[in-house]
Amino acid sequence: MNTQTRQTFSRALRIGLLGGIISVFLCLVGIVEIFGQRSLVEKLISLGHVFLFLPLLATGYLAAKSNSEQAQPGKLSLLLAGILSGLLGGGALTIFLVIGNLINIRAMFIHASPTLYGMLTFGRGLPGAWIPLLVGAFLGALGAVVHLLPPKVQQPLIRGFLGILLVGLFAGLIRPLLLARPGLLEAVGRFLFGETGLTEAGALISFLVISGIVVIWSARGKSVQARISRLPRAGQSALRWSSIGLLLVLALILPQFSGAFIAQVIVLISLNILMGLGLNITLGFAGLLDLGFVAFFAMGAYTVGLLTSYGEYGLAHLSFWAVMPIAIFVAFMVGAFLGLPVLGMRGDYLAIATLGFGEIVRLLAGSDFLGPLLGGPQGVIGIQKPCLGWLGPFLGVGIPRVCHGLELGGPKEIYYLAVVCAMIAAFVATRLRDSRLGRAWMAIREDEDVAEALGVNLIQTKLLAYMLGASFAGLSGAIFGTLVGSIFASSMQLMVSFNVVCLIIVGGMGSIPGVIVGAIALIGLPEAFREFSEYRLLFYGAALIIMMLSKPGGLWPSSIVQRELHVKEKDEPDPKVVSTITPSAK
Amino acid sequence: MAILTANKVTKRFGGLVAVSSLDFEIEKKVIVSIIGPNGAGKTTFFNCITGFEKANEGEIIFDGTPIHRLRTDQIAHLGISRTYQNIRLFADMTALENILVGQHIHLHSNWIGAILGSAGTRREEKSALDEARRLLQFIELSGQGDLLARNLPYGAQRRLEIARALATRPRLLLLDEPTAGMNPHETEEMMKFIRRLRDELEITILLIEHQMRVVMGISERITVLDYGVKIAEGTAVEIQNNPKVIEAYLGRGSVVGSRTKQSSASPLPAVSTMR
Repeated sequence: MNTQTRQTFSRALRIGLLGGIISVFLCLVGIVEIFGQRSLVEKLISLGHVFLFLPLLATGYLAAKSNSEQAQPGKLSLLLAGILSGLLGGGALTIFLVIGNLINIRAMFIHASPTLYGMLTFGRGLPGAWIPLLVGAFLGALGAVVHLLPPKVQQPLIRGFLGILLVGLFAGLIRPLLLARPGLLEAVGRFLFGETGLTEAGALISFLVISGIVVIWSARGKSVQARISRLPRAGQSALRWSSIGLLLVLALILPQFSGAFIAQVIVLISLNILMGLGLNITLGFAGLLDLGFVAFFAMGAYTVGLLTSYGEYGLAHLSFWAVMPIAIFVAFMVGAFLGLPVLGMRGDYLAIATLGFGEIVRLLAGSDFLGPLLGGPQGVIGIQKPCLGWLGPFLGVGIPRVCHGLELGGPKEIYYLAVVCAMIAAFVATRLRDSRLGRAWMAIREDEDVAEALGVNLIQTKLLAYMLGASFAGLSGAIFGTLVGSIFASSMQLMVSFNVVCLIIVGGMGSIPGVIVGAIALIGLPEAFREFSEYRLLFYGAALIIMMLSKPGGLWPSSIVQRELHVKEKDEPDPKVVSTITPSAK
Repeated sequence: MAILTANKVTKRFGGLVAVSSLDFEIEKKVIVSIIGPNGAGKTTFFNCITGFEKANEGEIIFDGTPIHRLRTDQIAHLGISRTYQNIRLFADMTALENILVGQHIHLHSNWIGAILGSAGTRREEKSALDEARRLLQFIELSGQGDLLARNLPYGAQRRLEIARALATRPRLLLLDEPTAGMNPHETEEMMKFIRRLRDELEITILLIEHQMRVVMGISERITVLDYGVKIAEGTAVEIQNNPKVIEAYLGRGSVVGSRTKQSSASPLPAVSTMR
């Protein structure tokens, strides 16, 4: 056996072991079992199986891939490497199965249940302990074969299966929507989706559609792109505006079509985008790590609560629209108040101090001391809903309030408020980033001392970063208050701050589209799948580690965006402008 | 008339006296070098002028204004700018953005104008961009404004750092070892560049430099520091023949004798090759 083959196999060994460990881990934490209740393809394969076997398939693929940059080992040895790693992964499951059947490990691992063992052996119990081994070897070989396929076949295949997975994951959301519309759509829904997942026909169709798109795009995509770039400038911008318009129309009709649940998920995403954009100013632009960001969220929420509530603690009964700017302003000022004492701090110290602030605000809000004002643990209830239309006097509202117009009562209506606010916030954040202030923030992030030596007033600039960031969070809190209708100190958890930090890191520090992508990935996905919510932290941890290892710049890094923006500009100075710094003639 | 005057400036770090009762003066539109062995207090003196460090005693007066109690950004507003011994560009910002940050004090738009996109803000941004491109052209980096500063070659980074300092429109520019790590050709270019700054932009230049070829080549006045004390001051020729300076660089004893015999005219260039 030459060294190269040995390398290939030792690598396959390692990858296989890793895959096995991951599979067993997913079993033990219960992900496999919980997703086992939902099927990807009805009566054929459950989502739990997907989670169980995907690592094994991946090991086969990776084992065959690992060496292919160098001189190719023979295809047969790559295939063998794939089988070996799959065998190892499956072997880990078999060992787990045998141990679990001989010794009772449920005292420690409550998820090591008979149901799980049943899934591992397809219902055969201990006598079927060889099954994972066989399946592992098969999947390993399959992974290796997929890797060895020419890209023309491989790409549509992989994308197609990912498509099935995606549609299968969303089946629980899409199906009720289709079934709710009698007629053709209902028939389509019944044809594609069964009670718990895709039907066989549905799986086949989603595979064909998606791989078909991939095939067509790879054949034609380049020429289409070329044709677009050949269009005159007016045509290109018309294309861009029409696609933006299309998206807007889609956004407009979405909640009416999708129902309250998805609307609620999107509202939560938007609220987190708002917070993310705010923290992106303090952390992403100015580099000031704020782990107590929830404090500003709480300020916005309590302002709306106290000024609009009909409950015991309502100080006034203003309309939501009048309170919204007040909430933003309160958060803005509190941003200065909390920013002042930590102005001189850097890095870790700043993080710890702000962490403290977040907790202080939560504890104060829930304390007996402020109880008479803020309701303590009982919270503020009876918060008004926003009302669109003629409300008589805009400021003072009678009791009980009558809304002559459209009341934004439920998530389906608040959706519009949240999405519009998030869009405005993204616009504002972009404007700020490209301004003199934005550049000063970034200079502070890069090198505080040098920025100061160039005349940047650190106190003023940092305070503005806190204040403007805080006002975004205040707006988010205000909308949250009116969405839920009540505010409790216990909803101002530390986790809210961490969520926002995580979504910024995953999306891409300092990147505005990154915040949006991060919010969808970290808030939207776990909200959309009930099964995930239990594993949210696990999911976050895994996402953060994977991101740090493979894409430290985030899903949508900021520098790429910048490059794209600037490339379009001409790079020569305008000769007509008379310079004051440099001599006009060289 | 002196643009910068330092009276009995002292800076201590614990027991160490980095700068000791230093008197110093620099005339308008001249190039002055501060030289001295490592640890002589040159950079500390720079830090005192720019406000990075506060002098323990003494006063520094810039164009009639005492600046030793001002914050760094206030000093920058008065018209003093600097570069650093180890390049300190904003590495993850583009070359153009680096220069735009340099223009910070000459732009006046606030955040409200920026959000609303007011006409004044847009006009100001446009002229700032033009100015930045002009500066890029001046340092011969036209067309590379969109490169991240970290991706520029070393010499270009040095020039960009100077351009960023120039963008503040300084009247006094402090250069901390502008030719550090450069080859003879690059050094030659940098010397020409520094002369242009003075001749074309009429900026007073104070530099710290170790390469004696540069020091002797471009400075009109030279100040020598050793252990925080000024030991000599004068023109290049005066400094080269000052026994105290030779002693500070070479140490007391036999070396001085043998050296002065060989090349009594200019011992210091030889020193620079030894270091």
